Amino acid sequence: MKKQLVSFFALAGVALCCSAAPAMARDLTVVSWGGAYQDAQKEVYFGPFQKDTGVKMTDEPWDGGVGVLRAKVQGGNATWDVVQVESEELAIGCEEGLFEKLDWSKIGGKDAYLPSATNDCGVGAIVYNFVLGYDADKLKEGPKSWADFFDTKKFPGKRALRQGPKTNLEIALIADGVKPQDVYKVLATDAGVERAFKKLDSIKNDLIFWKAGAQPPALLASGEVVMTSVYNGRIAAANQKDHKNFKVVWDGSLYTIDSWVVLKGTPNLADAYKFLNYVGKPEVQKNLPPKTNYGVTNKKAGDLIDPAVLADLPTAPKNMANVEKIDDQFWLENLDRLTERFNKWAAK
Amino acid sequence: MSTQGGASASPADMVLSDDGVPLKTKLRRAERMRKITAFGLVAPLLFFVILVFVVPIAGMLWRSIDDTEFRKIMPQTVAALADWDGKDLPGEPAYRALASDLSAARENNSAIMVARRLNYDVNGLRSVVMSAARKADASAENIKDSFISLDPRWGQIETWGAIKRARGPLTSFYLMSALDMSRDATGSVHMAQGDRAIYIDVLIRTFRISLTVTLLCLLLGFPVGYLLATQPPKIANLLMILVLLPFWTSLLVRTAAWVVLLQNEGIVNNLLIWLGIIDKPLRLIYNAIGVHVAMTHVLLPFMILPLYSTMKSIKPHFMRAAASLGAPPAVAFLRVYLPQCLPGIAAGCLLVFILAIGYYITPALVGGAADQMLSYFIAFFVTDSVNWGMASALGAVLLGTTLALYAVYNRLVGGSGIKMG
Repeated sequence: MKKQLVSFFALAGVALCCSAAPAMARDLTVVSWGGAYQDAQKEVYFGPFQKDTGVKMTDEPWDGGVGVLRAKVQGGNATWDVVQVESEELAIGCEEGLFEKLDWSKIGGKDAYLPSATNDCGVGAIVYNFVLGYDADKLKEGPKSWADFFDTKKFPGKRALRQGPKTNLEIALIADGVKPQDVYKVLATDAGVERAFKKLDSIKNDLIFWKAGAQPPALLASGEVVMTSVYNGRIAAANQKDHKNFKVVWDGSLYTIDSWVVLKGTPNLADAYKFLNYVGKPEVQKNLPPKTNYGVTNKKAGDLIDPAVLADLPTAPKNMANVEKIDDQFWLENLDRLTERFNKWAAK
Repeated sequence: MSTQGGASASPADMVLSDDGVPLKTKLRRAERMRKITAFGLVAPLLFFVILVFVVPIAGMLWRSIDDTEFRKIMPQTVAALADWDGKDLPGEPAYRALASDLSAARENNSAIMVARRLNYDVNGLRSVVMSAARKADASAENIKDSFISLDPRWGQIETWGAIKRARGPLTSFYLMSALDMSRDATGSVHMAQGDRAIYIDVLIRTFRISLTVTLLCLLLGFPVGYLLATQPPKIANLLMILVLLPFWTSLLVRTAAWVVLLQNEGIVNNLLIWLGIIDKPLRLIYNAIGVHVAMTHVLLPFMILPLYSTMKSIKPHFMRAAASLGAPPAVAFLRVYLPQCLPGIAAGCLLVFILAIGYYITPALVGGAADQMLSYFIAFFVTDSVNWGMASALGAVLLGTTLALYAVYNRLVGGSGIKMG
């Protein structure tokens, strides 16, 4: 027992000294969402980057959460340099000063990217949409818009939305005739919120709420619902892996962008910029969509992507025609109140 | 102890052992050693319980009343509002203090903490504070007007009420919000109205669902327990495995299985349609029915096991004696058997009820938006909105009401009346 204890402490000591050591001179560390997505990134981004630039790097996965980044940066000796974050983490982290302010001249200039993909602290990595999804095998004449989603006469049956107010209030307003680009202006007023809930009320008895992103394709597949709000990538995955014939409606959909950020105080700042510059190039970005169904952010990447692939991407011009970016500032400010309101409404 | 060396020492103190030490001292020494050993054996568990149970719960309770961050970032503003009565807008000095605090906060990136804390209280203040932190100039003349022209909200008493409520170091804000109450700028308490009154309803819903599930478990579990206790071992063991197998299966798997069974084109609906009992699928899931069915199933073993162990200890000849004395079966059951089961019933009900109160994932997966229990909101505040004060306050309210209910229950059943097996 004693011997075991001693060896335990010895191990702990080794772990301590070795975890501290890499902070002095370590390779560029890039952090992303793990899983199949990061495997694709390894293949089209991380590998070629090291080969083409000679910069050594390692990659790690994470699960998100601004608290993790806060602990890394404020604790000093952060072991990460470049991290892919969701838009809400980008907004909070930037306000808290967790990220380096980007020098856009080092990564090709703001004009090279989609306007919504540029931020003081982050450059967009991927674009994905929150769309209306349905099973084309069951609905021959499919819905065309969110207005159809609310039309229970034309399309009888249950529908699914995400649990909570986020995205649902926007969808309700768009269905009620508000232009996607005006949605947050309307929602900022009490009358707008009222209007959204009233619209939701009109199909309340036909609504089911999902909680995890994997649920909507399952609900469609089992025939539980005739249509649902869903992330476009989930629909594409169900079509590819499970050979479904799910279709999406891009018109009036809501999109969001994951961004690359550089953690404040990184010792590898120069390499971090090299990395961001590399993965921002259209000829590099064009390789990601065929593997992931996410859109990419360089304006010129679209021209280089196979038209057949492009047609199903959030960044295809025809899919981007009438969409709105999910407004993180709005939700950071109003999520608590509207979640309470939403649950009050649901319980009525 | 105090008698040692005293003048009135009893003769026992004088009895010496072989090596000349008084026997009583030696006995005491041995006793002390025994106690130390006993404590040493319990110590790891005690340490463990303190570390993973007492400390986190104390931390949670503390978080629900702690409000020290704001005053650290905004010391001048807090000082300037010390004598403010909340009836009229505060004067120039308060605005100047606010401007100087906010510009300092912008320098060290802590303005966001202030913005977030005030936004918990008054919706929309987040962006108002952030833009003020960017633009505030403490040296400006007519600083009050310049703030109000920046955003009219700076001219509203409620904004200053929120600042006053956030001054800490302790706050009742979270706990009051968790009980649908709020204070205005002058400090008087109001009950939330209309759409803002939510958590008491949710608390009642949580207890209602838990109580219903407990009763369903008792109704279903009692006959099973009886069967298990009265069958010959060979059959009883087999039945026991049927009870235990689901008990060992992951909660998520069992919940997902109910989705498959209860959905529109699920086995239950298809069977009912095939039998001609219904012509349209019934809505059995994503509503209260689904929550009750799935939770009852998941919690059933916690009822059956204590019932079984109590029933097992009831000798069959009690019932035979009752019958031989002329009691009809129903009377014998009610007056002889049932009273002896009470400790098991009490234990099972308590176990199921307390577990049910904290349920989160099952209602989230098989319930509708109107069937979410309090834990859902705790999870929401922890992960989605990162408002830990509110999450802690809801946790504290749940803990408090559960302990109060337990006290009442204990009084009714009596502490010794509960038997876990």
